[in-house]
Amino acid sequence: MDMKFLDFEQPIAELEAKIDELRFVGDDSEINISDEIARLRSKSESLTRSIFSSLTAWQVAQLARHPLRPYTLDYLAMLAPDFQELHGDRMYADDPAIVGGIGRLDGKPVMFIGQQKGRDTKERVRRNYGMARPEGYRKALRLMRLAEKFRLPLVTLIDTPGAYPGIGAEERGQSEAIARNLLEMVRLRTPVIAVVIGEGGSGGALAIGVGDRVVMLEYSVYSVISPEGCASILWKSADKAELAAEAMGITAARLRSLGLVDEVVKEPLGGAHRDPEAAAGLLRTALMSHLRELEAMDLGELLRRRATRLEGYGSFREG
Amino acid sequence: MSWFEKLIPSRITTERRRRSVPEGLWIKCPQCSAQLYRAELERNLHVCPKCTHHMRVGARDRLEMFLDAGSGREIAEKLVAQDPLKFRDTKRYRDRLSQAQKDVGERDALLAMSGTLKGQPVVACAFEFRFMGGSMGSVVGEKFCRAAAWSRDNRMPLICFSSSGGARMQEALYSLLQMAKTSAALAALAETRTPFVSVLTDPTTGGVSASLAMLGDINIAEPGALIGFAGPRVIEQTVRETLPEGFQRSEFLLEHGAIDMIVDRREMRDMLAALLAKLLKLPAPAD
Repeated sequence: MDMKFLDFEQPIAELEAKIDELRFVGDDSEINISDEIARLRSKSESLTRSIFSSLTAWQVAQLARHPLRPYTLDYLAMLAPDFQELHGDRMYADDPAIVGGIGRLDGKPVMFIGQQKGRDTKERVRRNYGMARPEGYRKALRLMRLAEKFRLPLVTLIDTPGAYPGIGAEERGQSEAIARNLLEMVRLRTPVIAVVIGEGGSGGALAIGVGDRVVMLEYSVYSVISPEGCASILWKSADKAELAAEAMGITAARLRSLGLVDEVVKEPLGGAHRDPEAAAGLLRTALMSHLRELEAMDLGELLRRRATRLEGYGSFREG
Repeated sequence: MSWFEKLIPSRITTERRRRSVPEGLWIKCPQCSAQLYRAELERNLHVCPKCTHHMRVGARDRLEMFLDAGSGREIAEKLVAQDPLKFRDTKRYRDRLSQAQKDVGERDALLAMSGTLKGQPVVACAFEFRFMGGSMGSVVGEKFCRAAAWSRDNRMPLICFSSSGGARMQEALYSLLQMAKTSAALAALAETRTPFVSVLTDPTTGGVSASLAMLGDINIAEPGALIGFAGPRVIEQTVRETLPEGFQRSEFLLEHGAIDMIVDRREMRDMLAALLAKLLKLPAPAD
């Protein structure tokens, strides 16, 4: 099975395999082969369109975790090619599960912070699957303060299954590290845009996710607990992850309709991994327009609005 | 029922039962297994008189024992949860809510009151762990924020007794965002230099520990409380080793620098009143 295609994309995979076969048969046979390829191409495209027009929440979760999906450093290479990474929390260590540094977005210096997953096994382990430890969040906080000091806008790229639940992480105060970031991001004196690019997993995601705008890529997810985790607690079986994903409403579209995120950024047909450059282009456009709006605002006004939006989260009534 | 009791006619059995000790008059300490007389245990603030094990207490009892007698006035007591996602697992969230409300006698998992502590006006809130594991959803978040606002507007110190398994899954992202919302309320409180003291009690984990509970100007824990980000079971599954003795207990947190002090429940009023008076530059409170 082609790693590029997920289970629910198998019909597309079969068509694509046929197209490849034809391409190899190629030139020496009849002329109408290129017509046939074109026909199959358009069929494959309309099939993709139709499959992707009605994805379930669980299917979107699989896309969000797609092994070929662009990660933080991939986006940075495309959005800000001169990105310079800055390391370490100045207290304990440099956590490779979170990267940060300064780059130019369309010429403008911006502080970027994001979780980083690994592409191959070795890198995955080094990056701890994008699960940060306290030192990662503390590095992020240090860079946020640096951004504040030099009035650089902050863009965070969220892509994590969650904060790492390990012994050392607990010893070094995982809870405090996350809580501290929430508090400091509330009052950070510079514009903050948070973008969920893949998995927005719980407190580990939110710890770099409080800001003036929360944007999600079309096939990213954001939730309080993973569908598997939710299923194993509430259904007592991780197999019910599909139901849990649906019940929690973890997709960008659903969260937008609930008013919990500000914008859903379109992805290329079939997902960001099919055309990373195009995905980065769409993200760049969205970021530039939010940045323009936020930078036009007086700092006091910006912070007041941020506070008001945070106060507004919730669904309750006076009984 | 033993074979012997089965031999006795049922009328007599009932008679015997009625005259026997009412249920729950005696409570067994989960730590030292001592049989404790309930009234005595209550007088001792639910701390085992034999081994000083701190048993869990409900939110209402907690605030009653903490605030000056009769001084508590509830804040935002009418807030109730909605169910924007129409969430349903093996049960509907709505049903779980009404069941919890019936069983516990509270509307949700946080109780907030303004009152006095040795005469000093304060705002105090307490999580109700029996209400869906003290989980934080929209009502808990909103009520905490209103308590913080009351505290800020009236310059009354805020004290929060936390006891929670974390975010309420049935409210999905709404519950996660309460972490940001409550942190925002604390940021606003901090601007007015009004003290916030977080008292972590058994157990405080997940989204509550990773937001408001760790953001006290002073963080205090009761002895032996389980406090952490991830629950011990999750950690064990992740790292595949047995956790060391005392891991994630108050004493462990003190040793690792996460909290300022461990305070016995029976000394909580004295300790907090003295601390707050110092922060507020007021004379030492009278006994």
